[in-house]
Amino acid sequence: MNNTSLKDAYIEKTRRDFLKKAGAGVTTLALASGVTLMAYPQAAQARKPEEPVDPSQRWGLLIDVNKCTEDCTACVTACSEENGWKQGGNPGIDAQWIRKLKIKNPKSGHEQTFPVMCQHCGAPPCVDVCPTGASFKRADGIVLVDKHICIGCRYCMMACPYKARSFVHEPLTDQKSHAPRGKGTVESCTMCVHRVDRGDQPACVEKCASNGHGALLFGDLNDPNSDIAKRLASYPTKQIRADLGLDTGVRYQNL
Amino acid sequence: MFAIMKRLFSVVLFASVFALATPTQADETHSQGSGPQYSLPKDAKSCVRDTAFMRRNHMNLLLHKRDETMHDGIRTQKESLQGCINCHVTKDKAGKAIKVSNPKHFCAACHEYTAVKLDCFECHRSTPDTGQDTASIPKIPAHANLLASNANNSSEAKALGRFLKGVTQ
Repeated sequence: MNNTSLKDAYIEKTRRDFLKKAGAGVTTLALASGVTLMAYPQAAQARKPEEPVDPSQRWGLLIDVNKCTEDCTACVTACSEENGWKQGGNPGIDAQWIRKLKIKNPKSGHEQTFPVMCQHCGAPPCVDVCPTGASFKRADGIVLVDKHICIGCRYCMMACPYKARSFVHEPLTDQKSHAPRGKGTVESCTMCVHRVDRGDQPACVEKCASNGHGALLFGDLNDPNSDIAKRLASYPTKQIRADLGLDTGVRYQNL
Repeated sequence: MFAIMKRLFSVVLFASVFALATPTQADETHSQGSGPQYSLPKDAKSCVRDTAFMRRNHMNLLLHKRDETMHDGIRTQKESLQGCINCHVTKDKAGKAIKVSNPKHFCAACHEYTAVKLDCFECHRSTPDTGQDTASIPKIPAHANLLASNANNSSEAKALGRFLKGVTQ
């Protein structure tokens, strides 16, 4: 099959798919524009605002450590800007939703850097220990703190093996409307749940890609056709502290 | 009977004086006599429900929506706190949206009047999000103030010193 017939076959297939979905009323209008045909399947994937999260999905991240460079902290600043947390020069109490770690093999001297944030565990210990049910896992696998019922006991911070959670010590004003934060509650990476809900990628992933590194890949771990599931199927990947059996949603490649 | 008539007359008089005195403010500030002073959005004709319902039940709508959004990811604007804040905005003379710390803020006006504590804005922002700010920490932390005020009170400081000495010995 040559190139032209491949293209024709593709157009024919998309046309038929479109006709199946759309119905006869709008066909002529839609067929006049190839762009509409291409855009249609993408638009169908985004969840409507009034629809609840889909429990068949599980959002995850794959971090390619080889593509992460030591001098770059774009993911950290992107997260900070997106969610409105910042470091006020007091490392003991400052919020830190994502941080860059550096590991070194003492024998060879080989060094690697990579970001660590909430690993969005399948069996999250923070949820196990929470006395009020504030720490919870959403149906699509994103682990969150419901600050309305968080009493600030910080058991979850102690239970988390990744030190992913922070406690807000000071009263705050001018928070982001999509990322409410307040004194006396625990917080952590939300996998940019407000962006995911509207069909976008987390801020760190977007920034890493626009900076040309592309070390972070976001997607649905349960969808075998997603880029992330394909990568996980074709390359060896690791979970940090896999020995704990937490089934993390954040995976690392080349670690 | 005379007393009732007198009272009625004074009420009518008060109402007419009030109506005469405030025609220019009528579209800006609403008031229930001596009740809370608040502003209604100018471009919106109605709220998500009628006023009587909203006065009594706005907290129930917000509570219901909060759980839907938090746990099910349902992010419709109607009946969301964000929706309320974006519509019910009161601006100061400079045209800047005022925060809940100002008693003229739509939420603060009634909540201060009725002395009902308002917890939403411990975490949520009380003005529409322009996307420009980062959450700011007040420059002098609350505990630093506390220490400073304690240090000024020398008798308290001495008593604390004596207590700590006793504890460590």
